[in-house]
Amino acid sequence: MAKQQLLLIGHGMVGQRYLESLVAQGGREHFDITVLCAESLPAYDRVGLTSYFSGKTADDLSLVPEGFFAEHDITLKLNTKADVIDRGARTVTTNTGETLNYDKLVLATGSYPFVPPIPGNDRDNCFVYRTIDDLDAMIAASKDGKVGTVVGGGLLGLEAAKALHDLGLQTHVVEFAPRLMAVQVDDFGGGLLKDKIQELGVTVHTSTGTKDIVDGETCKHRMNFGEDNYLETDVIVFSAGIRPQDELARACELELGERGGVVVNNHCVTSDDSIYAIGEVALWEGRIFGLVAPGYQMAEIAAEHLMGKQEKQFLGADMSTKLKLMGVDVASIGDAHGNTPGSRSTVFMDQTVGIYKKAVISECGKKLLGAVLVGDANDYGNLLQLCLNEMDLPGDPAALVAPVSDGAPLLGADALPDTAQICSCNNVSKGDLCAAIDDGAMTVGDLKSCTKASATCGGCSALVKQVLDSELEKRGVEVNNHLCEHFPYSRQEIYHLVRVGQITTFDELLEKHGSGEGCDICKPTAASVLASCWNDYVLNKPHAGLQDTNDYFLGNLQRDGTYSVVPRVAGGEITPDKLIVLGEVAKKYDLYTKITGGQRVDLFGARVEQLPDIWRTLVDAGFETGHAYGKSLRTVKSCVGSTWCRYGVKDSVGTAIQVEERYKGLRSPHKIKMAVSGCTRECAEAQSKDVGVIATEKGWNLYVCGNGGMRPRHADLFASDLTDEQLIKTVDRFLMFYIKTADRLQRTSVWLENLEGGLDYLKQVILDDSLGIGAELEAEMAHVIDTYQCEWKTTIEDDEALKRFKHFVNDDSADDNLKYVRERGQRRPAFEHERIELVEEA
Amino acid sequence: MNSSVAVQWKAVCKLDDVLPGTGVGVRLPGRQAALFRTSDGSLYALDNRDPFSQANVLSRGILGSMGDKRVVASPIYKQHFDLETGQCLEDEAVSLTVYPVQVEGDLIKLAVPA
Repeated sequence: MAKQQLLLIGHGMVGQRYLESLVAQGGREHFDITVLCAESLPAYDRVGLTSYFSGKTADDLSLVPEGFFAEHDITLKLNTKADVIDRGARTVTTNTGETLNYDKLVLATGSYPFVPPIPGNDRDNCFVYRTIDDLDAMIAASKDGKVGTVVGGGLLGLEAAKALHDLGLQTHVVEFAPRLMAVQVDDFGGGLLKDKIQELGVTVHTSTGTKDIVDGETCKHRMNFGEDNYLETDVIVFSAGIRPQDELARACELELGERGGVVVNNHCVTSDDSIYAIGEVALWEGRIFGLVAPGYQMAEIAAEHLMGKQEKQFLGADMSTKLKLMGVDVASIGDAHGNTPGSRSTVFMDQTVGIYKKAVISECGKKLLGAVLVGDANDYGNLLQLCLNEMDLPGDPAALVAPVSDGAPLLGADALPDTAQICSCNNVSKGDLCAAIDDGAMTVGDLKSCTKASATCGGCSALVKQVLDSELEKRGVEVNNHLCEHFPYSRQEIYHLVRVGQITTFDELLEKHGSGEGCDICKPTAASVLASCWNDYVLNKPHAGLQDTNDYFLGNLQRDGTYSVVPRVAGGEITPDKLIVLGEVAKKYDLYTKITGGQRVDLFGARVEQLPDIWRTLVDAGFETGHAYGKSLRTVKSCVGSTWCRYGVKDSVGTAIQVEERYKGLRSPHKIKMAVSGCTRECAEAQSKDVGVIATEKGWNLYVCGNGGMRPRHADLFASDLTDEQLIKTVDRFLMFYIKTADRLQRTSVWLENLEGGLDYLKQVILDDSLGIGAELEAEMAHVIDTYQCEWKTTIEDDEALKRFKHFVNDDSADDNLKYVRERGQRRPAFEHERIELVEEA
Repeated sequence: MNSSVAVQWKAVCKLDDVLPGTGVGVRLPGRQAALFRTSDGSLYALDNRDPFSQANVLSRGILGSMGDKRVVASPIYKQHFDLETGQCLEDEAVSLTVYPVQVEGDLIKLAVPA
């Protein structure tokens, strides 16, 4: 059977979801699919648009998996707008002059921003907030302006205000209604929201209408509000609601609503049964749904209907929302305004901390009908479930909004029925999560990838975790963090056992607290803990067999069994003479030489028996080991700072060297990287490090728990304007607390994410000494620093230790299996196919 | 080792040359072995070549136990090999040659095919 032609007009979030859903159901077997997209970019995350201003790129926002169109053989026409639909001929004519046939047509044209009919609304630098192109235009205009104004104080208007604020403009919001977010929140909530947003530096004008926009005196425009009231501004963004983009449908006489919108039935079919409409262009029971979750629902229902499945129907959608506006949590659930006859409200408000909560209760006092949360929306998930599932309230209705002293959840995930919708963006129920857990999902990450729960807005992630924990517990899965089969303890517990029991060897630890003979997990962990606690020479006999080969040979094992050599170059500062020594050593032993990301030099290809000679030369020239082989402090990167730089505020190189010298050799749960920048230009990239220090006019700003690598994380600002002394003291405590409490191979970033209480808790412990362990942490660090030794210096002076640097115990020769090829002027180990050639040649 | 194959005992080093809990590389005619001494004093020898990386490094692996098996972990990609049988625990199809070990006085000897 010949394939039918399917034409999709509009490639936004809902359009893309439609394609994915159709492809997943095998729709490609029956249809040739063509997509018309009026924008220059394929579908992107319009909900996350504001993050474009805080550094996300169009690529980050893209919703289309790489290769999606090619893989499924779907034709996407960008910059192509449908001009005319001819329903009789079943054709669509585009702005490029092309005429396309269709058997089935899907309208996913979305909506357009409503611009109030104010004289002057078409002046230069007047924008709407809808597309990435709009944002680019706003960014360009803001470069020459000082003041920016948003017309409309709804959800999207406040997003736009944040964008203008982030662009560095003095920002105003002009709202015609007496409060912000008039649809979602009430007068009290709106008032509190206004206060909070003004605190952030945005001026809010409520009950204010604009009469006209004319030339300004101090700025580009003047917005006249009536009488003598006016506002001067350079940029204006209209965000006064949306209207369905339905002119195509209007022109071809599909049935429309009185105020626009293409009328659809429960399967999203329009008055022409060859044409569907989904998303914000569709009008169902007289309503437009301006949120993405209902749009996704429509996309899936329409795709199923096209494939001949009729079970699922669109029956309206919950319009509850939770979002963070300029850092302020705002949520609205169900009947937020208490419009239900007989309903009563219970309210909690604390203006001192800026929290407002209202619960709308049914006449019988047993059901939650709606809620408004401003300033603290942690209860959103619980309240939404109570409301959507029409569950009986667990107790006194006032408890729903009263501050909870012990932080216990109002409602356990356990109490929810399987039908409870946990993730509304992706329509994932508790039952779906349970099924995934039955299939082996063990972490929130697993659930996210197999059900898409919390993959869109993330608002439900806490609830997803609660469900996971309670379900795992029910299934008798004990979630343990035991190190390995030999020790029923976490690394943190091992650390305490070692310290409290004054244990100094692995054998003693195994005998007292473990079983079996140990393994390649617990032995290096114990070695690291013993080194953190007592800082013994790692090559001492009792520790010898515990070390990973890198620690055993004090080098980094490479793929052919040779090692790399990395001497310490503190702060990346090196004299020409020392640089020449490195060059001479590399030349003498024919070592492949590369500059590392940590501002030092890595010399590859040293055989075990060469290591002592190499290091003797290096130590004689004043080098120390760089600990590149250890789970320990690696480097402290620096920019040149005030030493040379004309912008440098402080001596970043000097501080980097001081810090590196202080913490060098410190053994830790994972490697530690640091950096010091001499000014806020941040050339040392300190915010991607475990410990990052940035100079300001007033002192040092300290950032913690960042990292690059597989899962990059920006460091968090931990303390500001520290003196040199305060800086060192804080870092001492921070590092020692990390070493004491982190799990094996847990970088500071993951450690922080798992630390109960998070950054605030960490600040209390380190800065306010809430546990009273500050002095102890500092003393323990002082011990480690006092007992530092360069392991290579000690090794080359110790005949016993040198014995191990042989490839054969019964022969002084080298491993004869090593084969190299030369590439770009240096040698590297031969790959397997090259080895065969090399052997044949020989 | 199959009894029909003639073996020859070859002295390779002194007992003190191998620290308890560690291994050393041994040069044998035409091949390399890894000789291990566990912390209780038992001796084992396997091929030194790691079949997953083709590097001669197993003597530098960490010793330990998995269940009731004594193992060495490859330092390159961390597969475990049974010290008694040479069997790789992660891959049934892979196993190493085992060389019988004996101690005479303070000399360690390995059995190699004659």
